[in-house]
Amino acid sequence: MNAFLLEYAPILIFLGIAGGLGVLFLLAAHLIAPGDPDPEKVSTYECGFNAFDDARMKFDVRFYLVAILFIIFDLEVAFLFPWALRLGEGGAFVFWSMMVFLGVLTIGFIYEWKKGALEWE
Amino acid sequence: MALQAAAFWILAAVAVVSAFSVVAARNPVRSVMWLICAFFTSAGLFVLIGAEFLAMLLVVVYVGAVAVLFLFVVMMLDVDFVELNQGFLQYMPFGALVSLILLTELVLVGSTFVFADPDAAGRAAFSAAGPTNAEAIGAVLYDQYIYYFQAAGIVLLIAMIGAIVLTLRHKPGVRRQDVGKQVARRPKDGVELIDVKPGSGI
Repeated sequence: MNAFLLEYAPILIFLGIAGGLGVLFLLAAHLIAPGDPDPEKVSTYECGFNAFDDARMKFDVRFYLVAILFIIFDLEVAFLFPWALRLGEGGAFVFWSMMVFLGVLTIGFIYEWKKGALEWE
Repeated sequence: MALQAAAFWILAAVAVVSAFSVVAARNPVRSVMWLICAFFTSAGLFVLIGAEFLAMLLVVVYVGAVAVLFLFVVMMLDVDFVELNQGFLQYMPFGALVSLILLTELVLVGSTFVFADPDAAGRAAFSAAGPTNAEAIGAVLYDQYIYYFQAAGIVLLIAMIGAIVLTLRHKPGVRRQDVGKQVARRPKDGVELIDVKPGSGI
């Protein structure tokens, strides 16, 4: 157990350094940087006139579609990793089990391709 | 062992704090950022019990994909913070009900794990001599649990088709690239010669 976990020690050290540096920079910016804010200084500046509206705006729903299609194929790939490890002793049944799984998702892939979901307007 | 315990307590504390901050943060974008932090620390906890493959999946699928999806949803909502915070009490009973159900499930799973199953060795996520986490999953998923596996494929197919049906709208009048059509186009399709008589218009 411990030998296995020791392989992850570099990641733990990296995590510690990264977290420490992040906190350090935030603290340093807070303590060292000169700052004298007033409401006019921190308000939105838009070439001399008042800001028209909020900078936040709605995103096109297409981004969502691309993201969800990405997730689905991401999950499909995730199923491939244990399968690749098993394939050596698993035999034909395991192989075709995955092929059927991939076939089902390929139907979906053809559908989205034909529908034009992968094209950007 | 002391290092392991320290890592567990730090990761667990960060996970609990960030999970609480997901609910407590006023800005939904910050909530999603806290959620990503909670996912990362949970991945660390998975590594600690030896479930490497699950930890990597948590980072790849949840942090890489689901968190991005949440971020998109949050950004698409056109968030009005004042309005959002007003709805809190209205949704409180429903949220409490869902939390209660989740808590019951967790307690049931935990108590079953502790009391019911005597085979402690068989359900361990990792043993030093045995197969790795990914191999252990691969050993049962593709033949013993083939129906669940294929059902997962069909669920993914339904999700894919559902997302396309619900969100795909083609804007009318948008010209797209179609290489075949463009190459097949001949001068006679696009050019018309008209013999204009002097003094008359077209």
